[in-house]
Amino acid sequence: MSFPDQHGHFGEFGGRYVPETLMALLDELDKVFRSLKYDKAFKKEFAFLLREYAGRPTNLYLAKRLSSHFKRLNVYLKREDLLHTGAHKINNTLGQILVAKKMGKTRVIAETGAGQHGVATATACALMGLKCEVYMGAEDVERQALNVFRMKLLGAKVIPVTSGSQTLKDAMNEAIRDWVTNVDNTFYVIGSVAGPHPYPLMVREFQSVIGREARQQYLAKEKKLPDYLLACVGGGSNAMGLFHAFFNDKTVKMIGVEAAGKGIATGVHAAPLSVGTVGVLHGSKSGLLQTKDGQIKIAHSIAAGLDYPGVGPEHAYYKKIGRAQYVSVTDQEALQGLKLLSQTEGIIPALETSHAIAYLEKLARNIKRKASVASAASVIVCLSGRGDKDVGGLKDLI
Amino acid sequence: MNRIDSKFKELKKRRKKAFIVFFTAGDPDLQTTEQLVLAVEKAGVDLVEIGVPFSDPLADGPTIQAASQRALKHHVNLPKILDLVARLRKKTDIPICLMSYYNPIFHFGEEKFIKKASQSGVDGLIVPDLPPEEATGLIPAARRNGLSTIFFLAPTTTRERMKTIVAASSGFVYYVSLTGVTGARQQIPSSFRQQVKVAKRLTKLPICVGFGVSTPAQVKAVAEIADGVIVGSAIVKEIQKNKGNQDLVKNVARFISQLSAPIS
Repeated sequence: MSFPDQHGHFGEFGGRYVPETLMALLDELDKVFRSLKYDKAFKKEFAFLLREYAGRPTNLYLAKRLSSHFKRLNVYLKREDLLHTGAHKINNTLGQILVAKKMGKTRVIAETGAGQHGVATATACALMGLKCEVYMGAEDVERQALNVFRMKLLGAKVIPVTSGSQTLKDAMNEAIRDWVTNVDNTFYVIGSVAGPHPYPLMVREFQSVIGREARQQYLAKEKKLPDYLLACVGGGSNAMGLFHAFFNDKTVKMIGVEAAGKGIATGVHAAPLSVGTVGVLHGSKSGLLQTKDGQIKIAHSIAAGLDYPGVGPEHAYYKKIGRAQYVSVTDQEALQGLKLLSQTEGIIPALETSHAIAYLEKLARNIKRKASVASAASVIVCLSGRGDKDVGGLKDLI
Repeated sequence: MNRIDSKFKELKKRRKKAFIVFFTAGDPDLQTTEQLVLAVEKAGVDLVEIGVPFSDPLADGPTIQAASQRALKHHVNLPKILDLVARLRKKTDIPICLMSYYNPIFHFGEEKFIKKASQSGVDGLIVPDLPPEEATGLIPAARRNGLSTIFFLAPTTTRERMKTIVAASSGFVYYVSLTGVTGARQQIPSSFRQQVKVAKRLTKLPICVGFGVSTPAQVKAVAEIADGVIVGSAIVKEIQKNKGNQDLVKNVARFISQLSAPIS
């Protein structure tokens, strides 16, 4: 059985919790999106853009010095950081922009945390000649100044959001309010496998190219499947992009790494799957950080792209059925991960991605403890983005 | 018959349109909300919506967002709001709907919430981010406990969807006058006239129109077509304007009488 069902439910998760004004549009979007499966012209154009414009396929690179640091791990990096605009986000925005054009929409809005999705949306809009406005929490506007400038250069308007925690959650609230108001001409490009149906499905489909490529590449190199897949999880689009193609490969273990912020015990984190409860935010039911009264808690992560109290519903489903395991690493550990990859491989990862790198230490330790493991375990890490956007802010931290 | 149904029956007999107001519970505090409900019954109000404050009210404009934030600052929550309704029920029979985003209800426990709401004297539920498709648990639980479920129609709603929505609704149907969030508007698009007429052919339930309505003239224009008029943000704004004023309740009640005058 394939998920989600026709109403966008992944088991108990997902669905469509939005104001009525958006329901007819979501029905239409769902219909258009499903028709693309059989739309040769669309598929051809999307494949062309991914190849010629974004730079696919990305390399699956065996990180030898990083691997030897851990001894019992062979670490392959899926190099999404080498894509145009520097992160996996472009896979999804190119797909959604084509859908927007197909639906005849003339204006595009997006929310962004780290600014990577905003930049990727602004890029796709510039390429297609569409008007683009990006909602971004005022706090993120400050800590991701470089990406704000990039979006502006690309011709997009960046709207700082000053309500609530002034981060990704509030940017998404504001984007949804804009969408409800301008539903006739506006397409909302959601940046993660979150939001109301069909967004989690659509974003997964556009991002699953990561895992399809990685699976083929790994099989070609090693003639077998990897032992582990590892990716950071905020909303969870790079993780789902990597995981999806391996869903039926039962021997492949999947690990999603959430942001433990200042430490899970402090309560100051962004780990809704590790310690959250089930709730409804931004159109779908999933893991959520919330108070005893059902109010949404403010998340914290050093990585703006993980600084979100919710998570994509399919990840909640993967956790529930035991298909993937969700763990977390702290801000400090992520910084160590960033340094480690920079100095062993000459690759500066984004702070978000650094969470996945940092978890390798723990994974290596766990594997060592298992005496039965004779040879090194293999792991594919989704190197979801490069760290250029973060280095300005890092000077004081490292 | 619950209080909403009897109220609309009575209004129909009197050939009067319903005047419905919205308060955010606990703005500025729960005691004032209680006094306001009691006062406005005398100011020509037929039904009260009590808003449950939520941290992320994505269907609301700046006015109600701010009111929710103020209420949350002093920890207003569902149990306290249900207590408020229970206190009100000892003093008034005015129909009361709770308007809440879905997460506080879901987190409280749908079934448990509906039982307690019914026991407290709540008459209907309005959940702006819960379309009928996701309300398959809430609707039967509400029916069993005598609560009305009020769903929304919007300018974008297709005829097919209208049928589903009116079938899921009881008490009345809430027509959203415009594509957008709550908040006062200079003008309300005239398209609602046609849409309300279409909806009326599909249901015997009263159709009440809200979003953007903020002046007596708009109240009058909407009431020409609809069975009821809902005013929210304009009143929340008036409450905020009178913050700290000991005549707050009196002034807000007077403001509401002016709004309802064209249809009383």
